[in-house]
Amino acid sequence: MSEDLGFTPNEMMTIAASRALRNDDVCFVGIGAPSAACNVARLTHAPDITLIYESGTIGTAPDVLPLSIGDGELCETAVTTVAVPEMFRYWLQGGRISIGFLGAAQLDKFGNINTTVIGDYVHPKTRLPGGGGAPEIATSSREVYITMAQSKRSMVEKIDFFTSFGHGEGGDHRKRLGIDTAGPTLLITDLAIWKPDPATKEFTVVSLHPGVTREQVQATCGWVVKFAEALDETPTPTELELKTLRDLQARTKAAHAGTAKGKAA
Amino acid sequence: MVKFLPLKEAVAENLHDGDTVAFEGFTHLIPTAAAHEAIRQDFRDLTLIRMTPDLIYDQMIGMGMAKKIVFSYVGNPGVGLLRRARDAIENGFPRAIEVEEHSHAGMANAYEAGAAGLPCAVFRGYRGAGLAAVNPNIKSVTCPFTGEVLAAVPAIRPDVTFIHAQKADRKGNVLVEGIIGIQKEAVLAARHAVVTVEEVVDNFDDLHPNLTVLPSWTIAAISVVPGGSHPSYTHGYYERDNAAYLEWDEIAADRDRFQAWIKKNVIDSSAGDFAARVEHLRKAA
Repeated sequence: MSEDLGFTPNEMMTIAASRALRNDDVCFVGIGAPSAACNVARLTHAPDITLIYESGTIGTAPDVLPLSIGDGELCETAVTTVAVPEMFRYWLQGGRISIGFLGAAQLDKFGNINTTVIGDYVHPKTRLPGGGGAPEIATSSREVYITMAQSKRSMVEKIDFFTSFGHGEGGDHRKRLGIDTAGPTLLITDLAIWKPDPATKEFTVVSLHPGVTREQVQATCGWVVKFAEALDETPTPTELELKTLRDLQARTKAAHAGTAKGKAA
Repeated sequence: MVKFLPLKEAVAENLHDGDTVAFEGFTHLIPTAAAHEAIRQDFRDLTLIRMTPDLIYDQMIGMGMAKKIVFSYVGNPGVGLLRRARDAIENGFPRAIEVEEHSHAGMANAYEAGAAGLPCAVFRGYRGAGLAAVNPNIKSVTCPFTGEVLAAVPAIRPDVTFIHAQKADRKGNVLVEGIIGIQKEAVLAARHAVVTVEEVVDNFDDLHPNLTVLPSWTIAAISVVPGGSHPSYTHGYYERDNAAYLEWDEIAADRDRFQAWIKKNVIDSSAGDFAARVEHLRKAA
């Protein structure tokens, strides 16, 4: 994708992800890319969306993107802030979350996520942060959306550890484990929009972002990519979407740098 | 009876080599000053419990104080990895540590069970998750009423819990507000609790009746340490020092730079130095 399109692949990813959210969604927000998408949705077409971060902040509306899931502004702008056990027991386990929005260090074609280790669990090559809230977000939210930039290192045939269960080995694997939620229903990358095949549950490309080719999608993915027969093109970001995202990122950058000593207002 | 003590004495009286200890605070109210005092007193063979180990356990692990960590997210929130913890897990430096890993839901439920005096927590969790296969403390039970298979984890019962809070009154009751995280459960689950506070006020008479207040008789010792959660934050007092979290990533990446940082900012410093560290983070309002 070239610069003359007027937006970057990452901007396209965030905006495409934001469009998937509805005004009446109750969304459990993962930090990083999901957080940006959820707040762009709130600032554009979904002003009444309920955003929940695992620190216990329910219905939050931050002016800048939080660096952590527990930045003070999340609490200051929330409808209510509850204790962490209540967050996970009443609100997540209780079935009150419509969308769990996650990022991933490693993803397979069935939407299983690894954020725990690269290599062996006991003697890892790289120890990643681990699951945090994700293992239960992935199974207790009614649906799961995933967003991440494509690369052969991150989209792999076989993940090293099942941090969060997607569709397992595909098909009815969730049902066989007694998991009654839908699991991953949408994957938004910097190149495309993917949805699981209704039967096999393998992620299939349903829409290419503007200027992206099938070859580019395959070149940055570690499994053999399936494409839908009727392949759409993702609508180009609108001026409002782009301005909203860029303003949000500019405010965020200024705010995070602003805590440095000697730079405070 | 709760005692008001200088932090040095509060830590010395309540923490011991080999203890199982929780320093809690979910991003907010992290008891950094108490953790630094523990580093200065050089405790050994600790089992460190914390949902998000964060910078303070990266520092304690890097100083070789931990024999085991119990956690659910060993990252620098929003920044990336904890590099001292990684060095210990991947390379056994400065010593090998045992790892007991849970999800946030698992830890939160386990603290709550500890506070409730139960032997274990039961919840709907770990379904399809790899952790259940590598952590022998994740088991399952069958609901006797519905037959549903649920996850079970042992209750967390620390020897001592350290938290930071906004304020105490003169009787030693403690107020926690904002993102209250797991503060209350971690205190009530522990045999002893030590609280650092921003300030002491005469009384809590004008407060909302449903605020989170830990009665004085649930706490062993209180130390007044303004700024004591920096670079975390205290809601209503000062903001999170996000720049410091970003900077930590570089400091912790290098063993020598880490040691130099600890010497300057922990070993050669005191609890009294925290107030100056948050001066630029206090809101003008």
